[in-house]
Amino acid sequence: MAKTSKITKPAPKAAPREPKTETKLEELQTQRERKTVLMQGNEAVAYGALDAGCNFFAGYPITPSTEIAEILSAELPKRGGVFVQMEDEIASICAITGASLAGAKSLTATSGPGFSLMQEGIGYAKITETPCVVVNVQRVGPSTGMPTSCAQGEIQQSRWGSHGDSPAIVLYPDSVKECYELTIRAINLAEKYRSCVILLLDEVLGHMREAVCLPDMANVRVISRIKPTVPPHWYKHYDENQKYLSPLASFGEGYRFHVTGLTHDQLGFPTNKASEAADMMDRLRKKITYNIRDLVQIESYDMEDAKIAIFAAGITARAAKAAVAMARHEGIKVGLLRPLTIWPFPDDAVRKMLRDVDIVVVPELNQGQLVREIQRLVKDRSDSKLIKIQRVNGKLISPVDILRKLKEAI
Amino acid sequence: MANIPQKVIHDFLRHDKKFPHVWCAGCSNGIILGSIIRALAGMDIKRDDIVMVSGIGCSSRMPVYVDFNTLHTTHGRAIAYATGIKLHKPHLKVIVITGDGDCTAIGGNHLIHAARRNIDLTVILVNNNIYGMTGGQCSPTTPHEAFATTAPYGNIEPDFNVCNLALGAGASYVARTTAYHTPETQNMVKEAIEHPGFALIEIVAACPVIYGRLNKKGGAPDMMKEMRDNSVPLSAVEKLPPEKVEGKIIRGVLRKEIHPEFTAQYADLVKRAQALGGGK
Repeated sequence: MAKTSKITKPAPKAAPREPKTETKLEELQTQRERKTVLMQGNEAVAYGALDAGCNFFAGYPITPSTEIAEILSAELPKRGGVFVQMEDEIASICAITGASLAGAKSLTATSGPGFSLMQEGIGYAKITETPCVVVNVQRVGPSTGMPTSCAQGEIQQSRWGSHGDSPAIVLYPDSVKECYELTIRAINLAEKYRSCVILLLDEVLGHMREAVCLPDMANVRVISRIKPTVPPHWYKHYDENQKYLSPLASFGEGYRFHVTGLTHDQLGFPTNKASEAADMMDRLRKKITYNIRDLVQIESYDMEDAKIAIFAAGITARAAKAAVAMARHEGIKVGLLRPLTIWPFPDDAVRKMLRDVDIVVVPELNQGQLVREIQRLVKDRSDSKLIKIQRVNGKLISPVDILRKLKEAI
Repeated sequence: MANIPQKVIHDFLRHDKKFPHVWCAGCSNGIILGSIIRALAGMDIKRDDIVMVSGIGCSSRMPVYVDFNTLHTTHGRAIAYATGIKLHKPHLKVIVITGDGDCTAIGGNHLIHAARRNIDLTVILVNNNIYGMTGGQCSPTTPHEAFATTAPYGNIEPDFNVCNLALGAGASYVARTTAYHTPETQNMVKEAIEHPGFALIEIVAACPVIYGRLNKKGGAPDMMKEMRDNSVPLSAVEKLPPEKVEGKIIRGVLRKEIHPEFTAQYADLVKRAQALGGGK
């Protein structure tokens, strides 16, 4: 019945439907003279990716990250880039890795369940040293959990989720503006360090709208991978140099290299030799440890005279910042240490904090993931007090929650 | 074809440190790789423009030996990686080498969706009816009642008809042959690479050391003979009485149609999006 009526109906005039985000782009482009715009965290990620030169996105719909895919499906084709919706998250991470090997700056966005599916592919990108970025907008887990509620449950998974020992670069913004900035940084670091960089967002941040003033394109620093200059027969896909940052050729450029997920030698061919296997693993590790200063970013807020420090990341750090202001108002000397890079973990900054303060408060939306790292470092000073605030019911930790705990501890 | 001298194959191989290869004596993979190389040698494609992508398994070890852009990926995902490469650089000829377990079990989802999209990939599926690399476990194409290390009492599951799966999913080129029929393989590979759309060739292969032993198939020559005697070309199927076709491997091009190709469609979409305004 429905089918027949559909046929007899006159076909509607095919007016080219403007994509929803059209006005936003127009605005943004004229706003290169920089007016302030109201923007969602997920939108900021999408526009950050575009400004960093991302030209390939493969993804699969999942709440609460979907807006990133929706925006890029409209924007990438206009710029000649590729947007493709794959059959699942596994295919998505594989497609962005393949595209990157062909020369693209690629990105995918997902949430908990999809992030779990991507873990093998993330490991592959790491062992093959292929630049790509995975945005994980965290929701409550485990499993399907609460798709539209906030949690910080993948702090440890983003470090250890993929099997085998592998390094991790993971960034964690706390505002919409920082979503934009750290997306650019994530793509830059992926290109520079030839690795899969993960950007962790909190669900609330992905969906929260804030006024942001994006920088002029001229002020956006974009890093692209170093290209080899040697003739093809000299090219080593995993060349050694002082800081383990080696050039990367793309498929189709005449280098005809081999890429494998098997343990490989410097040329990229599989090996079972102990010395070559050790070299490869060393290289992956040292790439991070030799460049730790470039990788670690940390915000120190009111820490100069602080006797109590709050250590928090993402949306929880926003609450912590408000708690600091409230406590300071009451004359309590509190500060906040906030990692923008959570992996590699800012060990040195945390050690210094532990030396300087008597009490450390660690609020987080999980059952104790950031605090494990503090506990790992706290043994340097056994008399400091460690206060944990943990919540996994989908609700945020409020400034008052932190202030109350903090006062109890004094 | 046969008049291409052996030197050609030698030319296309990577020699440093790669040999001896991993395949057992009597394995069909070397024969199939030879056919692929002969097909490519007869075509006017720059080696720099060929990307060979594979998953995990015996046949998936092929790319490491050949002098192209080569990518040995994770289990089942070769088609997904290939999709990324092809979409970013559509001018590259992307050939996927995969096996029955790799492509139809763990990678089945990627196979059907790449076929549905009709993306211009050439998938060469080496079907040896078993998981050889891991020592002989049952695969989706292990025949009913055949033995495998995980089917010690005989396989109770029906086996997959890989070509029918690809046809059902919308692949625009589907063909089947066996490792015994090398000129046919070579022609099909050439045709599939030239075909503007998703192409799948199922090459029935012999695994004498594992599948052959478990199922008392004799040695490699016996299995070769079986491929010869137990297969019929598609062109002969209609002429033969049904009982002579029953249980045989039907060889030939099962579909060759021109459908809109995905990367071409995407290029059109880019033009439309840019015509709508915006962009850079």
